[in-house]
Amino acid sequence: MILRNLMIAASATALMAASASAETLRWARAGDSLTLDPHAQNEGPTSALAHQIMETLVMRDHSGALVPSLATEWAPSEDNPNIWVFKLREGVTFHDGAEFDSEDVVFSLDRARTPDSDYKELLASVKEVRATDKYTIEIETDGPNPIMPNNLTNMFMMDKGWAEANNAVKVQDYEGGEDTFAAKNANGTGPYMLVSREPDVKTVLAAYDNYWGKNEFPLEVTEIIYTPIQNAATRVAALLSGEVDFIQDVPVQDLERVASADGLDVRTAPQNRVIFFGMNMGDADLANDNVEGKNPLSDVRVRQAMSQAINRDAIKQVVMRGQSAPAGMIAPPFVNGWNEAMDSSTTDIEGAKALMAEAGYPDGFSIQLDCPNDRYINDEAICQAAVGMLAQIGITVNLDAKPKAQHFPLINNLETDFYMLGWGVPTYDSEYIFNFLVHTKGEKYGSWNGTRYSNPELDAKIVALASETNLPERDKQIAEIWQVVQDEQLYIPIHHQVLNWGMKSNVGTVVEPEDSPKIKYFTLN
Amino acid sequence: MFAYIVRRMFQSVIVLLVVGLVAFSMFRFVGDPIDNMLGQERTQADIDRLRSELGLDQPFPVQYFKFLQGAVQGNFGVSYRQGRPVSTIIAERAPATLELAFVSGVLAITLGIALGVFTAIRRQGVAANVIMTVSLIGVSLPTFLIGILLIYIFSVELDLLPSFGRGETVMIGNWSTGFLTTSGLKALILPAITLGLYQMTLIMRLVRSEMLEVMRADYVRFARARGLSDRVINFRHALKNTLVPVITITGLQLGSIIAFAIITETVFQWPGVGLLFINAIQFVDIPVMAAYLMLISVMFVTINLIVDLLYYAIDPRLRVDARAT
Repeated sequence: MILRNLMIAASATALMAASASAETLRWARAGDSLTLDPHAQNEGPTSALAHQIMETLVMRDHSGALVPSLATEWAPSEDNPNIWVFKLREGVTFHDGAEFDSEDVVFSLDRARTPDSDYKELLASVKEVRATDKYTIEIETDGPNPIMPNNLTNMFMMDKGWAEANNAVKVQDYEGGEDTFAAKNANGTGPYMLVSREPDVKTVLAAYDNYWGKNEFPLEVTEIIYTPIQNAATRVAALLSGEVDFIQDVPVQDLERVASADGLDVRTAPQNRVIFFGMNMGDADLANDNVEGKNPLSDVRVRQAMSQAINRDAIKQVVMRGQSAPAGMIAPPFVNGWNEAMDSSTTDIEGAKALMAEAGYPDGFSIQLDCPNDRYINDEAICQAAVGMLAQIGITVNLDAKPKAQHFPLINNLETDFYMLGWGVPTYDSEYIFNFLVHTKGEKYGSWNGTRYSNPELDAKIVALASETNLPERDKQIAEIWQVVQDEQLYIPIHHQVLNWGMKSNVGTVVEPEDSPKIKYFTLN
Repeated sequence: MFAYIVRRMFQSVIVLLVVGLVAFSMFRFVGDPIDNMLGQERTQADIDRLRSELGLDQPFPVQYFKFLQGAVQGNFGVSYRQGRPVSTIIAERAPATLELAFVSGVLAITLGIALGVFTAIRRQGVAANVIMTVSLIGVSLPTFLIGILLIYIFSVELDLLPSFGRGETVMIGNWSTGFLTTSGLKALILPAITLGLYQMTLIMRLVRSEMLEVMRADYVRFARARGLSDRVINFRHALKNTLVPVITITGLQLGSIIAFAIITETVFQWPGVGLLFINAIQFVDIPVMAAYLMLISVMFVTINLIVDLLYYAIDPRLRVDARAT
């Protein structure tokens, strides 16, 4: 019996190996997808893999522009500004053959709004999702929501019938103690079907023959073998030795090595992530400084001096080996509301010293800087560089670098006075930044605002953005809010991260700012 | 004898409980899993809800007690990272680690003994001196460096062996094995050498020094005087007496091969329990960390128990003492 099983298994492996044609893309990155359940984890590698198998109503193409996917057109309803109407694509089928229609969209969006879903906050304004006919749905929000489609770019569609048949109506949770079917299986409408998956080891996908976009996308890759390789040196070695065709996360110190290798390319693009320092400006006195009875960071001149003391070009050249774009504002360049003038910064030690003196700290002060050491590219090294730069204006910084699992709770629990944070903007709109980083910290807003900054007037403006449907007026409001953020020096921006993808030269793709490759756009020649 | 075993078992259980308690008291310092589990958009309400759902708001003795309650019934909880039962995940991962440990163990023992005997017999030879010098590398270089070095030479430069993973595996029942495919066997070579090198050099040096000792013993001289051949003296008489301490050390080292495969598995992306544990630490996946630590301590306690029982069987003095008390 064992022998027979063995032979079957062996021949199955042999068959699989034989059917692997030349159009296989072997893809590796540092982390694996955590689950195939499309609503359980809102996390980079998880949605990157899901994008090959499942689809969303609207998506971002390689340039970051919003393009139709399962919805062909969308617009606010003419009768009611609180309603968005989406026309769905006809003739789309799931991998198991079931037809895709409005019922599935209502099911999927409702599922994404349940308490166990990681996406519910992006749909927090949604009151109801309903199907008006087989290929039209309406999303009603509790006020006008001008950027609703931006929130849907990672909102994957599942088949209602499949979920019901397989007991996967509920989003996976940690309570049940049982495997959720949807965590290990997937039935999407996407260009690739799941063939096999061993978490943290290997995931194999094959092209879906009845994919609706057959003639719209290159689809030159017919099989994807996805393997996480955690260790950076091993990942680079696997690319150099030709065992994989495409890796994300090339470490900056290996860029030269990969780029100079025969038949390999490194491609680079700015990432949708900005790195900055936050400061506790709200408390009357700081726990982690040497100034008694007052808070030096509450003085805007001190914050400006600190920003001017940071030499971002030096960080770029020395710490990042050229792989960063110095920043002056905490919005990545793709985001609505970004502008070039604000995103520049100058280093001026003398001016910074003058500001410190003016603020009453000619001899500086000492403070603790909390920094992650396993989250952003060279995060700890950036902090070390900042320590030296701030010392030039008399600020003695004690650096405390920790793993991310210990660092982020400090920000959430308001236990740090000076910290590093990075931020990506999935909606490509400034409102997202304001909601989380500028608004006063509270139940619904400001959950990542560790600055203790609170400006009720500004808060009101931020909240009003959500329902401002006049887009030019909205942009004007955004610009005004940014002006306050910049004038107050709410944060000290450092740089925009740069993404580096390494691949065989015949793999044709541009780097996506979201770090989420969509293999259907890849070409091979 | 029976009373001795019962007493040892009882001590083992206490050791296990203490290990668990220490582990649970340490988890809070690893960090907070909540941030990894919820997306960037989470609200304070989400954080509070999940924390109380998982019981993370409870003091650690309570968390530990709940874990024990589940563990006694064979339920180790659900991984925070993968959302799947920990017992399933560990069962999936164990074969990879055990196969790797087995191969590197065999490699370490056979090569270690063979080279140890060789260097002891040919003490003055050039080859023996070269081996002794090279073996210093095995003792002194850290594992990850050896791994990276091997990858660089054999994968990148010579293109002979894979740099990561397990190759093709075949399922026999619930056991996934890499022994039956060419790619599986090729994938084993570099990690097995990396993991076994330290143990190999250790055994080699141990065998060599024991052997040199024994070779000076009177009975070996008498054997020579009797005109026995070198082969019989070296292998029948000398080596046999060398092996007693070697076996003791090897037994204990086998445990550490399994327990400390963590680094090798990370370097080679070897999908075993060590890699699982590293991922669990980064994610603060408490159920996986707890189950892994308990499993490893069960293993060490069992090995020690067996070693103690073997001593009891081998050494008559222990039995006499036991009877006297």
